Amino acid sequence: MQLQINEQLIEVSADQDLSLLWVLRDLLGMTGTKFGCGMALCGACTVLLDGKAVRSCVLPVSQAAGKKITTIEGVGSTPVGAALQAAWQQINVPQCGYCQAGQIMSAAALLKDTPHPSDADIDAAMSGNICRCGTYVRIRAAIKRAAGLSEQAK
Amino acid sequence: MNVVVKPAIRPEGTAPEESGNLSRREFLARLQAVGGLLLIADGSSIIKAGEAPKYGADGMPHGTVDNPLVFVNISEDGLVTVVVHRSEMGQGVRTGMPIIVADELEADWAKVRVQQAPADEEKFGNQDTDGSRSTRHFIEPMRRCGAAARMMLEQAAALTWHVPVTEVRAVNHEVVHQKSGRKLGFGALARPAAKLPVPGRDTLRLKSAAEFRYMGKGGMPLLDGEDIVSGKAQYGIDPWFKDMLFAVIERSPVLGGKILRYDADAAGKSPGVVKIWQLPAATATATFHPLAGVAVIANSTGAAIAARKLIKIQWDDGEHGSYDSDSYRAGLESAANKPGQVVRESGDVDKAFQSAARVVEAEYYIPHIAHATMEPPCAVARIVDGKCEVWAPTQAPQATREDVAKHLGMPFDSVTVHVTLLGGGFGRKSMPDFATEAALLSQMMEGRPIKVMWTREDDLHHDFLHTVSVEHLKAGVDARGKVTSWLHRSVAPSLAALFGPDPKHEVPPELGMGFINLPYDIPNMRLENPQAIAHCRIGWFRSVSNIPHAFGIQSFVAELAAGAGQDHRDFLLDLIGQPRLIDPQSLHDVWNHGESPQRYPVDTGRLRGVIETVTKEASWGRKFERGHGLGLAAHYSFLSYAAAVVEVEVDSKGLVTVPRVDIAFDCGPQVNPDRIRAQLEGAAVMGISLAMYGEITFKRGRSQQDNFHQYRVTRMNEAPREIHLHLIPPKDWNMPLGGVGEPGVPPIAPALCNAIFAATGKRIRRLPIRGQAS
Repeated sequence: MQLQINEQLIEVSADQDLSLLWVLRDLLGMTGTKFGCGMALCGACTVLLDGKAVRSCVLPVSQAAGKKITTIEGVGSTPVGAALQAAWQQINVPQCGYCQAGQIMSAAALLKDTPHPSDADIDAAMSGNICRCGTYVRIRAAIKRAAGLSEQAK
Repeated sequence: MNVVVKPAIRPEGTAPEESGNLSRREFLARLQAVGGLLLIADGSSIIKAGEAPKYGADGMPHGTVDNPLVFVNISEDGLVTVVVHRSEMGQGVRTGMPIIVADELEADWAKVRVQQAPADEEKFGNQDTDGSRSTRHFIEPMRRCGAAARMMLEQAAALTWHVPVTEVRAVNHEVVHQKSGRKLGFGALARPAAKLPVPGRDTLRLKSAAEFRYMGKGGMPLLDGEDIVSGKAQYGIDPWFKDMLFAVIERSPVLGGKILRYDADAAGKSPGVVKIWQLPAATATATFHPLAGVAVIANSTGAAIAARKLIKIQWDDGEHGSYDSDSYRAGLESAANKPGQVVRESGDVDKAFQSAARVVEAEYYIPHIAHATMEPPCAVARIVDGKCEVWAPTQAPQATREDVAKHLGMPFDSVTVHVTLLGGGFGRKSMPDFATEAALLSQMMEGRPIKVMWTREDDLHHDFLHTVSVEHLKAGVDARGKVTSWLHRSVAPSLAALFGPDPKHEVPPELGMGFINLPYDIPNMRLENPQAIAHCRIGWFRSVSNIPHAFGIQSFVAELAAGAGQDHRDFLLDLIGQPRLIDPQSLHDVWNHGESPQRYPVDTGRLRGVIETVTKEASWGRKFERGHGLGLAAHYSFLSYAAAVVEVEVDSKGLVTVPRVDIAFDCGPQVNPDRIRAQLEGAAVMGISLAMYGEITFKRGRSQQDNFHQYRVTRMNEAPREIHLHLIPPKDWNMPLGGVGEPGVPPIAPALCNAIFAATGKRIRRLPIRGQAS
């Protein structure tokens, strides 16, 4: 089947039921998207499907065909993605960094629909993404910085 | 397809030859140091009678190396590459070590790169990234590396210009001859400098603190920041080869379980499956050996996971098959209510109880906790021409290499271990069973690259868990509310059971984590450690036994203060007593984090200092409506002093939220304050996480939690909205460093529960909190 990943058309031969996560990681070698739980509980595998955040670990690849897939490797080419990546670095958000690809993808989906999110908006959009290192305070600050908002907690 | 049963590498029930594991060796050395156990492992680092004890990095296997030719490379275009030999798991060591080297080197930070060392302690010195000691043990060797390289560059410039070396000076990536104004960049000097002899240690000119460019300064960007945010960073899960296959393993659900029979016919026919292998039986001593299991190798991880569900295995559970958390807890409580092995005693506690105006008694329970690193255990291995290469997110590179060599039956020198970034460590990845699994499967598959992936279920079912404990405390208080007597029984299975016969008691490193070394000014004290037996793999979890010890002690002190009608802060300061330096040996702490008791006494002035700072900064004493309160706790661990004030709100349904956490922290000199802050922010979240939800329970020997819906961890909406950190500036840079990665964790859970008490009057003595605040 054909997949459109980060503006590129890619031909892939995969079992219809295989999740998009393993197609990206194991078949295509695109390893920026991470595995964390396999049950859509942690958000480490988040990618954008037609601009919406989805958990690729539970998405059969067949359901991604014909849609625009954006991964961490490609999100920097969008203005929102680039702003988030810059803010993440300025604030030194990552600790181990493993979950941060998924965090940035969820944040990108948030800012696309809600350019000036409130703290409640951030909670709602980001609480599906676990960071075991506990970088939440900085993630919140970086989202606000990327959105051009005051970084004070409200 | 065929199902092939690989014969056990070694006869069933025999362990591979015991030797080598570094953390284990150090651990055993400490056990031996107190004379409590017979010599178990190879004797290379066992302290022998009559030998002077070695402290700090010198007491670790392979000690330190300070050769700039090993750690610093300068290319002709002027790029400085610093080799980092400790594992990066979020604590910032891949930025911190280069900061130290670059500062002494006078390098321009924009031209500094980092390169990860493979496992090779002969070359790099000790690589065990645990115990909050990378910076503590390597700041001095890394400063010497940077200074020696700088002096070699200066020497090369002086020789080029035919001027005395005293007339030249390295400044910001150049060497300058002040008199003539001539300058040469580091790149131009790299080649001639490398040919010069490395200056001796006693000739090195180290910077004064006033000359530091990077150490102790804020705003240092992470060297891996860009790679992480763009998905390029390489974790253990990420190596990828075209001919790679992917494996998951169905492991024994019970420690020590053995396969009686299994049926993998259906799994073998599942789409994408290439091979099914049986892994060797577990060994009698768990150490870091893989568990018995059946591996599915497929053309994708997803295919392997799907096929694994079809395998049917009949297990012989063995001796741990009846492990049950409810009955085990009852056993711990029973043990905690009877006299146990006395580990420290002063005065006459029983007499003092009789004459006390009031006697207070309370008991606390802290369950097993799983690490749940976001990157579950995983590794890649391949074997080419009799040489094995492993890519692993390991905190213990050398142990990984030794274990892989032993299990494969290969010489040590034929194994290379590439240390990837770790997607979280927290102690889990000090136990490299996952890397051995990948190597064994690659060997079974004739060397083909194999990636072993643990699912989250595997991770929660087969973790090396934090211990489980009951802390029983009893205090006698006089008419003025002053504590005159103190009895503490701590009972918990020991992680030393991993490495040999179960000692059934906490060993010195466990006792020394805030239990035996309690520095309180109480005339009559008795500390006891009753027996407990381990029934699952117990390992190091970030801050280890400090978690239960701090939870019990810091909760109990708050209870005593409340009972005496006194302010908790004032009561705690009074209990600690006057500022003084205490020899840890006088507290019967023979471990002292492996550090010299002279260099690292317990400083109650610094402990008081963090309490005074955090209460001031958090405006301790503020009055709140019911349902809203502050809680305090302080704890000394890993040679650093931490105190936390947690603010909570508890709604009418008992839902707990944490608007704010304040932590004051004194770790002496601070190399990279931004990462210290980050570690403490993370400690606050992890502490709240374990207090609110953290629990692994067992039934019939099996862990009952499968994934994040049953093993909850703190999320964005539950995390503190504000974390305020108050780093105590060092008196000077000559004072020794304390640890950073772990000591922020222990005070959080008791401070949170003390805050819940302040808000609601409900005292929580059993973790996790879950619905207990309602």
